Amino acid sequence: MVTLSSYLILGGLLFALSVLGIFLNRRNVIILLMAIELMLLAVNLNFLAFAHYLGDLAGQVFVFFILTVAAAESAIGLAILVVLFRNKRTVDVEELDQLRG
Amino acid sequence: MNFQAALFYFFAAILLGAGLRVIIARNPVHAALYLVLAFFSAASLWMLLEAEFLAIVLVLVYVGAVMVLFLFVVMMLDIDPDRLRQNVWRYLPVALPVALLIAVEMVLILGARYFAAAPAPAPLPAGYSNTKALGEVLYTQYVYAFEVAAVILLAAIVAAIALTMRRRKDSKYIDPARQVRVHKEDRLRVLKMKVSRYGEEMHDHDAPHGGADAASSSGER
Repeated sequence: MVTLSSYLILGGLLFALSVLGIFLNRRNVIILLMAIELMLLAVNLNFLAFAHYLGDLAGQVFVFFILTVAAAESAIGLAILVVLFRNKRTVDVEELDQLRG
Repeated sequence: MNFQAALFYFFAAILLGAGLRVIIARNPVHAALYLVLAFFSAASLWMLLEAEFLAIVLVLVYVGAVMVLFLFVVMMLDIDPDRLRQNVWRYLPVALPVALLIAVEMVLILGARYFAAAPAPAPLPAGYSNTKALGEVLYTQYVYAFEVAAVILLAAIVAAIALTMRRRKDSKYIDPARQVRVHKEDRLRVLKMKVSRYGEEMHDHDAPHGGADAASSSGER
């Protein structure tokens, strides 16, 4: 018997896994972007589970918009990554200290 | 219902395993491919949640476009994975407790105590179309947000192209602004030349109006 909490727990575990991935791969920007995609996937899973179990289509509409914004975000992120690599010849986060932050 | 539960646990296990391999893969290409697997199993779970349209959109847009973009970038950049993975396990003593804390908190909160109360929804009728139902609310109730999403996509296109476009020095391209601003003096140069007759050497080098004189004298002949 699959209940609402099964889906929510799955989303939570996936989110925790992506947090772990962001901690571990903190030097590689590409893997960081992939971990962010995994986080968005977990959030979308929550929205769809609620939309299904509460019988409300608004959750699916919200997932639609999250997918749109996430696609735009990854496109711009990868474009920034390409420009960054063209200028610095690396995607290492620890070498990106030009702003002295 | 048991079959559904079996499918859920099957796809959930694949999703978590693929997610784990995404974050610990040595090669970024492998990570991208495992992310594709994670998206596929997530799409299957969305099918179980009766969100068929979004499941197909996830496969088409994410696997078909975004992940191909990821793979393009990963393969285009000449990165050294081993150097980027130096002391990758150094922060594990910090990362693992944080991730475990998040996971345990989520499981405790989202467990069956509070959220199992939501009753399983009645199965939808046979002719029900998820795409049609989604479109009906998307183009009426949420049409403003829909237009804003279109503008966001346009901004993403413009930003991605403007960021990565590079003018090569040796490529011949047209600059319309310079074409519009051009003056006659930039393109046309009026030369005053002396005319010499055939078979006759040019002699009067210091005539003040050589061109006009020559034209009038040739007219007299």
